[in-house]
Amino acid sequence: MDWALANLPRILSLTVDHLLLSLPAVAAAFLLALPLGRVADRLGRLREPLLGSAGLLYAIPSLPLFIVLPILIGTGVRDALNVIVALTLFGLALMVRSAADAFGAVSQDVRLAAVAVGQSRWGAFLTVELPLAGPALLAGLRVVSVSTISLVSVSAVLGVASLGSLFTDGFQRGIVPSIAAGIIMTVLLAVVVDLLLVGLGRLAMPWQRTQARRAGS
Amino acid sequence: MTHLMEALQWVLSAESWAGPGGLGVRTAEHLWYTLLALVLSTAIALPAGLVIGHTGRGRALAVLSTGAARALPTLGIITLAGLAVGIGLKAPMIAFVVLAVPSIIAGAYSGVEAVDRRVVDAARAQGLSPWQVLVTVEVPLGLRLILGGVRLATLQVIATATLAAYVGAGGLGRPLFLGLRNHDYAMMLGASLVVIAVAILVDALFIAALRILRRIPGIH
Repeated sequence: MDWALANLPRILSLTVDHLLLSLPAVAAAFLLALPLGRVADRLGRLREPLLGSAGLLYAIPSLPLFIVLPILIGTGVRDALNVIVALTLFGLALMVRSAADAFGAVSQDVRLAAVAVGQSRWGAFLTVELPLAGPALLAGLRVVSVSTISLVSVSAVLGVASLGSLFTDGFQRGIVPSIAAGIIMTVLLAVVVDLLLVGLGRLAMPWQRTQARRAGS
Repeated sequence: MTHLMEALQWVLSAESWAGPGGLGVRTAEHLWYTLLALVLSTAIALPAGLVIGHTGRGRALAVLSTGAARALPTLGIITLAGLAVGIGLKAPMIAFVVLAVPSIIAGAYSGVEAVDRRVVDAARAQGLSPWQVLVTVEVPLGLRLILGGVRLATLQVIATATLAAYVGAGGLGRPLFLGLRNHDYAMMLGASLVVIAVAILVDALFIAALRILRRIPGIH
């Protein structure tokens, strides 16, 4: 506790670094997964092979990907962008499947009804499919956010600053509280972001609450 | 691209594979760590997960802890264990088990839970004991999800085993970190490519095994 108090400014600044690496990756993975998942869901026979290969991306261990990625996108190993792109790919590996399943669960009748009342393709997507897929999309997004926040720390062994730096410093100098503080802050960050996502979900999908209340009474 | 060519050259040269610190030994270590960690964690997690799925007891706790485990940073667990028990294989092994157990428990209880309750009731009505219901009905019918948990755990362990070298153990992380420290980009990149190849190969084997299992009648 003394160690954490004495090093509070550093812990807080590393927390900010951590967020700056993880939040853009989570947002990018979510926004890219929406069109990819929607398209993948409609591919019929190609659906499963496509989602399977996206899932295989998740099999790639994070540290090697941080090192291999620069040859593909021309960044440096220690660039923040390199870490963000790698984390986005991991996020996509999880999120494309969730998005495809979320859109796949929207009933065909509802979709056809939207078209029958004169909705354009885009209109039907934005005002009917997206809201109906919303809860499942949110569930996928929460998994991506938690796993991304915990994955970021690995990049510390390459010298990228994040809460993971508390692990590398702590290990090299034999300071247990440093590692403990890093673990606690990472889990705390994951929980806080998760609660924020749940809150945002309530704001964006207010009908869910009334449904829950009706189901309860 | 020159980096990639140099790395491939390094991976493909016989020299890199030979000797006590060569890629051959490192790959074997990596797979050995993975296998040992999986045997240990399956021995702990599979019975626990099956009991939770069968009885429904402790389910809330299992859901909560598997969710929380996903937030645990692997590097933090492995360095903490490293400081606690010293350099060697023991620290990474503790970390592997801590990270693999929740996935296996989650797979096991969701596999058992996914079995149609009517089938379970029918088995019970036939006079099967709880143990027989579990072994002859719930496990075969939930096998795909149960093995899915083991597959996820395997991926996590293979990835984390790369970090074992950071706390003084062997595995494919050794040449990776050695290259990183000596600014030997070819070695670092080459070792990374080998880890990725091993991970994808093992996962492909899992997928193939699951596909074969699906053909056996009575297994889902």
